Amino acid sequence: MDQVKQATVIVITSGKGGVGKTTSSASIAAGIASRGFRTVVIDFDVGLRNLDLVMGCERRVVYDFVNVVQGEANLQQALIKDKRLENLYILPASQTRDKDALSIEGVQKIIEALKQEFEFIICDSPAGIEKGALMAMYFADYAIVVTNPEVSSVRDSDRILGILASKTFRAENKMTPVKEFLLLTRYSLERVERGDMLSVDDVKDILAIPLLGVIPESQAVLRASNSGVPVTLDLESDASKAYMDAVGRFLGEDIAHWHLAPKKKGFFAKLFS
Amino acid sequence: MNVKKMMDYFRGTPRNTASLAKERLQIIVSHERVATREGGVDFLPQLEQELLDVISKYMTIDREQVKVHLARDGDLSILELNVTLPDKAKTPAV
Repeated sequence: MDQVKQATVIVITSGKGGVGKTTSSASIAAGIASRGFRTVVIDFDVGLRNLDLVMGCERRVVYDFVNVVQGEANLQQALIKDKRLENLYILPASQTRDKDALSIEGVQKIIEALKQEFEFIICDSPAGIEKGALMAMYFADYAIVVTNPEVSSVRDSDRILGILASKTFRAENKMTPVKEFLLLTRYSLERVERGDMLSVDDVKDILAIPLLGVIPESQAVLRASNSGVPVTLDLESDASKAYMDAVGRFLGEDIAHWHLAPKKKGFFAKLFS
Repeated sequence: MNVKKMMDYFRGTPRNTASLAKERLQIIVSHERVATREGGVDFLPQLEQELLDVISKYMTIDREQVKVHLARDGDLSILELNVTLPDKAKTPAV
């Protein structure tokens, strides 16, 4: 019996800016695509387009999301095919400053059309809790909440969790809620051990959502965005491995959180740490 | 306690900023959850104001002496109203 293929919509969100939403969107999209799934990643940051730059396709943008919503281009014209991964496509944001360029109806039209073509639809949310962020999460089945181990980021993530539980299609239609996952980024085990940084467990305790992955603070992240390559494709780096593990867990694999194991310390190191 | 912690202790510096961060977050987050989450209870400030108005119709009270707190425990919501009356509750002069 043929099963009806159901596309999965994932929002990458955080509330706070600069915590790594776009980096994570690019990495997770590339990671899922590299596992053989047809994947599209949408930039919802209208007016501040950046996913194209992080993905290295900024010079191939002709039409964007808003052009498609407004009927000035069709979806096929606006989608950019990734040059490295067969299954990966990017839908760039518009650079318009018109805040009302997005509407629920417009977004719905595009998501529905993309569901016919793709297995995973990844929505890269803008920062804040304004319209763009609400539009990015509205049709989500899953939310990956990107958080830094730092007070303002954790607080904003908690706010976002509240909004996910009330302002999404699933919430408004009393369906099973959006499934939320924590992705902790810019993590430094060393600083956690010194007591200068919130630990994974601290953040998990406060936000009370399952942990998808912990991305270590890594030089590879800046190197990757400098060159317009999703971190996951830089196979050597620890950040890449951490993102690929997060992707694996998302796809249902049982992968241990390897980077959390404290380094063994000698007696004197313990005494003076 | 290791040597560094001991030195910090005598210097009077906070020994662990991460645990301080966690404590502060737990307080603010639980406060904000009640205000904005869990059924969207954002009427609390207004409720507080109206209760204050009603009470001050009958007696003179200090605004600071009225505390409204909404807590959730599973399916149970508890609305707690705490009014500290002055030593001698006076009816307002009309």
